[in-house]
Amino acid sequence: MVLELQKPRPIWQIMFSTHHTDVGLLYLITSLGFLFLGGALALAIRAELFLPGAQIIGDAMTFNRIFTVHGTTLIFLFIIPFASAVGNYYVPIMVRYKDMAYPKLNAIAFWMIPPGGALIWLGFADFTWYATPPYSIISAPGPAADMWIFGLKILGISSVLGAINFIVTILKCKHPDMSIGQVPLLAWSFLSSSLIILVAIPTFAAALLMLLTDRLGVSGFFNPAMGGDPIAYAHLFWFTFHPEVYVLVIPAIGMMYEIIPRFSRKPIYSYNSGVFAFVLLSIVGFSSWAHHMYATGMSFTEKTVFMVGTLAAVPASAMHVFNFVATMWNGRIKFLTPMMWSVGGIALFFSAGAGGVANAAMPLDFTTHDTYWVVGHFHLFVMGTIAFGSIGFFYYMFPYVTGRMYNETMGKIHFIMSFVGTVLVFFTQHVLGLYGMPRRIFDYPPIPEWIAMNQIATVGAMVIGVSMAIFLANMIYSSARGQPANTEDPFGVGGKYYYPFEAKNPSH
Amino acid sequence: MGGHSNWPEWIYIGVVVALMCWVGAEAWEAERLVEHVPEGAETIIVTGQQWFWTFEHEDGTKEIGELHVEVGKAYKFEIHSKDVNHSFNIHDYVVLMDAIPGRVNTVWFAPTDAGEHDIQCREYCGLIHYNMRGKLIVEDPTA
Repeated sequence: MVLELQKPRPIWQIMFSTHHTDVGLLYLITSLGFLFLGGALALAIRAELFLPGAQIIGDAMTFNRIFTVHGTTLIFLFIIPFASAVGNYYVPIMVRYKDMAYPKLNAIAFWMIPPGGALIWLGFADFTWYATPPYSIISAPGPAADMWIFGLKILGISSVLGAINFIVTILKCKHPDMSIGQVPLLAWSFLSSSLIILVAIPTFAAALLMLLTDRLGVSGFFNPAMGGDPIAYAHLFWFTFHPEVYVLVIPAIGMMYEIIPRFSRKPIYSYNSGVFAFVLLSIVGFSSWAHHMYATGMSFTEKTVFMVGTLAAVPASAMHVFNFVATMWNGRIKFLTPMMWSVGGIALFFSAGAGGVANAAMPLDFTTHDTYWVVGHFHLFVMGTIAFGSIGFFYYMFPYVTGRMYNETMGKIHFIMSFVGTVLVFFTQHVLGLYGMPRRIFDYPPIPEWIAMNQIATVGAMVIGVSMAIFLANMIYSSARGQPANTEDPFGVGGKYYYPFEAKNPSH
Repeated sequence: MGGHSNWPEWIYIGVVVALMCWVGAEAWEAERLVEHVPEGAETIIVTGQQWFWTFEHEDGTKEIGELHVEVGKAYKFEIHSKDVNHSFNIHDYVVLMDAIPGRVNTVWFAPTDAGEHDIQCREYCGLIHYNMRGKLIVEDPTA
């Protein structure tokens, strides 16, 4: 299997190409660039919180801007484009088609990301990634806030275009000999997450427009001074962004479905339960959004409904974990870097899910809501599960894309340091939440427990920072000077489970 | 399922579903008890604004940043906001309720021991959100 041309080409040929591997490469490089930018902001946040009092950031406004852009960047400019990169490389190959269904649309969807990212970074808004009204309407300084709104609008349209392309490619362009029940689980994950995007994103797109007109003063949808209701925004926002959590996590699980059977040298335990769990997650994902809003004054009945909806998503996630463990059971596992990241990701996925059950239970949520518990909880998903799955898959793709092997020792060091760092940062943040530390605070009172936990978390973050520097060095060095890879079987796990298809060279 | 029997997965899913039912039932029961405001609870009007809390007792006394209550009484907070969203939080007593402009939310508590506890804002509300703090002072009238 070869995913990229071995012959070097000038960069503009790749940039203006509509071929799926070229667009995939653009997505890949852009998303990794934003991973490092967003990660640098995370290090600044952790350095600031090492001790009470102003440390390196100096003022609360800058701090608020930093965590807003950190969250927005890593969700919309790292996780989603990275998944699109993998989808671009693999989905057409898996359904045995020459390219994505709409190649030009594919390139357009990618080229919306740089302007969207530029608006977010040049604006540097301060109203958190959740942009809560009425703060975002009456208090947040412009033009940063308006630039953020336009940036997100552009990124949302890009997601919808990408989702349409994946759905059509999988359902309409798959090889006629291939039934839908033979489509690999990675492609199924893109089908499920794309369907969620199509249903979920338009709601937030509407809310963004209303937010903008509210800011301009011509409407009052969410502005109580004009008869509006901020809770309406919360519903619209979470109706998009709770399902969006599954948009982020489902492709990462799909990537683990590629890696785990290969490196266990066993077929997947149950293909059907994997498909079933993806489809189930993409449906029940829509029944839980208001669990983010228990403390907004919801009635007991509303809270109960959304608690049940949230708990209903747990069995589907648990099916994936079972499938992974059952696949590895009695397998001849080869613990190379991609496998280590996937297995670490599953362990953290399980921890994140267990913490999520505590949040969903109504009375416990009043202890954890809007504290560092929640920060630790969702970072175990976005970092521990999604970024781990994605980085593991990046190592797996590396030889196919570059034709060279990465440095295995550096890859393993990267994994071990990141895993230890992730546990140090995000498990301690759960504890910090139980001590009552609120999220999104620039400074905190000198409570000894808070200081101790914050310091452990900061040390953990620095460990992750160093490991990411190792990752960057490994990528740059290995893509230029690494050992040439055997692209038939770069990991020496035997060719039995490889797909016999290749990406077609666009200039042939 | 590739020709092999899948009973271990069914058993596992059954266990997970049972566990979730148990968590849900326990949470439902606990929340039902917690939400029941006791008879005769004294009302305190809490107002959040950027970036401090004001409290108004039933007898008309007003306090800023500090709230004095007595052991053994039940209090019902009526939570208002003058500008943006805040969240009124006394972490030690698991009191948490959003202050949302245009709405009045209620939550109750009954202090058990004399002492001081932190009051804080737990919903992002802008520049000095981090320092929108107050003190709850629980007094024992018999002591």
